[in-house]
Amino acid sequence: MSDLLPIFIRMITTSNIVLVMYLGLCPFFGVSKKLGPAISMGAAVTLVMTIAAIATWVINYYILIPFDVEFMYIVLFILVISSLVQMVEMTIKRTNATLYNALGIYLPLITTNCAILGLTFLNIREEYTIIQSIVNGIGAGVGFAIALIMMSSIREKLELADLPKSMKGLPIAYISAMILALIFVFTFGGVV
Amino acid sequence: MAKFWKQFLSGIVITNPLFVLALGLCPALAVSVTVTNGIGMSLATAFVLLGSAIVVSSIKNFVPNIVRIPIFIVVIASFVTIADLTLKAFIPTLADSLGIFLPLIVVNCIIMGRAEAFGSKHPVHLAIADALGAAVGFAIAMIIISFLREVLGTGQLAFKVVPYFDIHLFTLPVLGTSPMALFILPPGAFLLIGLLLALFRRLGVLKSE
Repeated sequence: MSDLLPIFIRMITTSNIVLVMYLGLCPFFGVSKKLGPAISMGAAVTLVMTIAAIATWVINYYILIPFDVEFMYIVLFILVISSLVQMVEMTIKRTNATLYNALGIYLPLITTNCAILGLTFLNIREEYTIIQSIVNGIGAGVGFAIALIMMSSIREKLELADLPKSMKGLPIAYISAMILALIFVFTFGGVV
Repeated sequence: MAKFWKQFLSGIVITNPLFVLALGLCPALAVSVTVTNGIGMSLATAFVLLGSAIVVSSIKNFVPNIVRIPIFIVVIASFVTIADLTLKAFIPTLADSLGIFLPLIVVNCIIMGRAEAFGSKHPVHLAIADALGAAVGFAIAMIIISFLREVLGTGQLAFKVVPYFDIHLFTLPVLGTSPMALFILPPGAFLLIGLLLALFRRLGVLKSE
């Protein structure tokens, strides 16, 4: 149990899933133009990551390993995650209209988000237990949300900045991401 | 044949996956630490692109429109499994240094993007041209990024694939002794891609927003 807090904090800071492990960069640059959508996206990713961590752990240890077909993990995980996202979307649509309006359109987007699949591969590689996998999933989701919210706040201000034409948009977003990555790698690296 | 070359060249320049469409950025930043890794990743991606383009374009007439996306995903995932197992068996050191980004080729948007946008609508020979163009365009971008990162970040250039070859090309005089290690860390990768995109826009190769 004592290793759960270190896993959680490490996933938010020095192993941040976007800024240090380079996973999920497409939504990181695609949905970070405004603060509102960034918060929804961060929440949706955290939710799906946690569910995906549980589902893939069960599949890996109760189906793939007993039947000795571990090499099928790529095909199976991506299918399971896509169907899970569909199910989560339908459940939210039926039960909670407000939540669906906030998260709905972001759920299909994250089906092929490499952060989700990458996290499940990491859980398998590190041979985490079910509890550790869940904590790892929540930590990665929260880390993603924090990075996305910081990035979108910066980009809202950048819209007003007087930049050279060739720097506008994606290039300056990358350079802002570099400053964020510096903070996550070095400052937190010294503290944690 | 003229159509073949036109489609091939457009994938390299006009719709370069990395620099123009900004697709497939995760592997481009993650494994571009050395040129060897960059080339290894490009070859694995090229194999999956080509294989899935051929299969998707051959089966396009039998696939019901509603379930085409899941079918394409399974086709792509099968080719990624082949690449994953082959690399692990023959070049385990390269498979180790690519890490989870080797199986993650399955969610590389370039492959799904080309299969959905082009392969599912065109005959096989054009789909091959399109896949080859995207693969070469991706490889060129990967080699540019990984070359700059390896030379600036370590001050030298070497190709090392255990146990096949180990070539040391050069060590730069000043950078060799005190390299800018930032460039092999995540912040350097973001900085380099940002500057490259801005440079290509300034030169007029890419369109500004």
